[in-house]
Amino acid sequence: MFELLGISPQALFGQLLLGLINGAFYALLSLGLAVIFGMLNIVNFAHGALYMMGAFCAWFLLQYGVGYWPALILAPIIIGLFGVIIERTMLNKLAGLDHLYGLLLTFGVALIVQGVFQNYFGSSGLPYAIPDLLKGGQNLGFMYLPNYRAWVIVFSLIICVATWFLIEKTKLGAYLRAATENPTLVRAFGVNVPLMITLTYGFGVALAALAGVLAAPINQVRPLMGADFIIVVFAVVVIGGMGSIMGSIVTGFTLGLIEGLTKVFYPEASNTVVFVIMAIVLMIKPAGLFGRNV
Amino acid sequence: MKKTIAFAALAATLLSGTAFAQEKTIKIGNLSDQSGLYADATGGGSTIAAKLAVEDSGLLAKGWKIEVVAGDHQNKADIGTNIARQWYDVDKVDLIVDTPNSGVALAVSTLTKEKNKVFLNSGAATSDLSGKACSPNTIHWTYDTYALANGTGKAIVKNGGDSWFFLTADYAFGHALERDTGAVVEANGGKVVGKVRHPINSPDFSSYLLQAQASKAKVVGLANAGGDTTNSIKQAAEFGITAGGQKLAALLLFITDVHALGLSVAQGLTFTEAFYWDMNDGTRAFADRFSKQKPGFKPTMVQAGVYSAVRHYLKAADALGSVSDGAKVVAKMKEMPTDDALFGQGSIRADGRKLHPVYLFEVKKPSESKGAWDYYKLMGTIPADQAFRPMDKGDCPLVSAAK
Repeated sequence: MFELLGISPQALFGQLLLGLINGAFYALLSLGLAVIFGMLNIVNFAHGALYMMGAFCAWFLLQYGVGYWPALILAPIIIGLFGVIIERTMLNKLAGLDHLYGLLLTFGVALIVQGVFQNYFGSSGLPYAIPDLLKGGQNLGFMYLPNYRAWVIVFSLIICVATWFLIEKTKLGAYLRAATENPTLVRAFGVNVPLMITLTYGFGVALAALAGVLAAPINQVRPLMGADFIIVVFAVVVIGGMGSIMGSIVTGFTLGLIEGLTKVFYPEASNTVVFVIMAIVLMIKPAGLFGRNV
Repeated sequence: MKKTIAFAALAATLLSGTAFAQEKTIKIGNLSDQSGLYADATGGGSTIAAKLAVEDSGLLAKGWKIEVVAGDHQNKADIGTNIARQWYDVDKVDLIVDTPNSGVALAVSTLTKEKNKVFLNSGAATSDLSGKACSPNTIHWTYDTYALANGTGKAIVKNGGDSWFFLTADYAFGHALERDTGAVVEANGGKVVGKVRHPINSPDFSSYLLQAQASKAKVVGLANAGGDTTNSIKQAAEFGITAGGQKLAALLLFITDVHALGLSVAQGLTFTEAFYWDMNDGTRAFADRFSKQKPGFKPTMVQAGVYSAVRHYLKAADALGSVSDGAKVVAKMKEMPTDDALFGQGSIRADGRKLHPVYLFEVKKPSESKGAWDYYKLMGTIPADQAFRPMDKGDCPLVSAAK
C-alpha cells in the first residue's frame, strides 16, 4: 500500500507526527478563539496580533535576562493583562451589539498593533533560540524529532485538556456558561458577571500569547507571524463549530494532520487544503462539525 | 485693454514657465513590498536609497524637479500592475524602481513597455527579465537567479556538494532560481535528486525539511527568499539537517535575513551577493548616511542597487535633457558606462542586464564578528563578464533582433 502512495512508511509516520505538532498550534490558538466566542460572543480578530505579541514579549524578556521558562508564564500574564485593558476600555462598550462591531474593532486593533511593531522592528524579525534544556533531538528510527517539538505537542495537549476541563467540568466553568446563556439571572445569584467576562477574555488572550511564546523558538519572531496564521486558525474554528471547545481542539489537531499529508503528496496546495475542507464542511454541516445547530 | 494685454503676457510667461518646468521634472516611483516578507530588504530602505541618489546627482541644482513616491504591491501582481498603471497614467511617474517579487516585476515590465516608461529593477531575481521577457524599457540592475546560481551553485559543487534537493518557493522567482541552479549543478557534474515546492510565506518547513533529509542529497538548496529562507534555515538547524552531514545552500540571502537569524544560526552559510556595506570607504559612507535615515539597519544589495540605478538614470536624463521617451532614456543608459561608489565601474548590456562583479560570501562565526551588521567574510569575487548569463544564452528577442 505504501509503495502505491510512493512514500515509505517511515516517511509517512514522520510527516504525520509533524502534522500533529503543527496541529498543536492550531488547537491552542483556535481554543482561545473558541473560548472568547463561546463565552463572550466576540469574533476576536486581534488573536493573531496577540499571539505575535506573546512571542515579542518573550523576546523582550530575554533582553532583560529573563529566559524561556519564566517567559512561558510571564508573557501570557502580561499580554493577558493587555487583553483585559482592551476588554475594559473598548470591547465592553460593544456588549449586546451585532457580532460585526466586535469583529471590526478587534480587526482594527490587530492592524494597529501589527503596524506599530512593524514600524519599530521591521518585517524580517528577531532571533529567539531554543532553550538549552530542549536543544537537540531524538532519533525515533523513522525520523529525527527535535526535543523542542516533542515538548510543544505534550505541553499544548495538557493546556488544551485543562482548558476543556475548566470550562466544561468545573463549577467556575458552569457559572461561565450560565452567564453566557442568561447574564441577568446569574447576576441575581450574586456572581460578578462583567468581571467574569473580562477575565475570560484575558484568559483567551493569554492562550494566544502562550502559543506565541511556544512558537518563538521555531518561527522567526516577526510582526506578521500572527497575521499569516490567523486566517487558517479561523478556518479551523469554523470547521470545528464556532465556540465549541472540544471541537476546536480536535479540529486543530486533525487539520494539522491533513495539512501535513498535503505537504507530502501535493505541497503546492498545502495552504489551501484547509479552506477546501472548510467549504465542504460548511456545505454539509453549516454549524461546523462539533457545533450545535442554533 | 492694457490690463488685458498685461494679463495675457503674464499668463503666457506662466504657461511657458510651467512648460519649462514640466520638461525638467522627474517622478520616481518605488514600487515595492512595503509591509510583507521582503520589506526589510527592499521597501522603505529603497525609497531612502532613491532619495540619496537624487541628492547626489546634482540635478536639483541644475533646475530639475525630482520627486520620489512609494507604493506597496503586497506581493500581488494585480495590485502591483494597478499601482503602476495609476502612476504612469494619472500621476505622471517617469520610472519605477526596486520591485521585488519576480511575479510582480514581470507584469510591471510588460506594462512599462506598453506605456514607454522606464523600469529599473533591483529587487526581483528572475533572470527572465533580461532573458525571454526582456524589454527595451527595462534594466535589471543588481542580481538575478543566474548570477546567484552560478556563484553559489558552482562553488558548492566544486567543494564536493554534487547532489542537490531543492526547497522552492512556488512562484516565478523560485522556479527560475531552481531552474538556473539546477542547470549550473548539472553543468558542473552534479545532479538534482529531488525538489519540493512550498507556498510563499509558509510558517513551517519541517515537513519539507524531512523530505530533504530523506532524499539523502548532500546539499539542500533553498530557492526561496526573505522570511521563507530565514524560517527554513532556523528549522533546518532544529531538525539537525546540517548536523546530519547535509549542507544548506541559501541561494538568495540578504544581510537583513542574516541579522534576523543571528550569527549562531546563520554562521557558515555560503551565498552570493552583489554588494556588502563594509566593502570599502564608498560603501561605508553610503551605509552611514542610510543608517541615519533608517536607524538600526544597513543597506542591502537591493537598496544599494536602487541608489546606483537612479544615479545612472539621472545622468542619462541630464545628458538627454528630457525623459519623456522611456525607451530613449534606456538606450542612453546602455550607451553610457556606469560608475558609482557602490558598484564601481560597469555597463549595461543590450538585453538590459547591468554588469558588475558579484561576490561569494560566507557568514562569520559569532566569535569573528565585531558586532551588529559585521557579518560577511569575502570568499571570492566573480568578475562582471563571468557573473551573469552570456547574452546569447538568454533568448532575449532584443539581442536576436540586433544581429
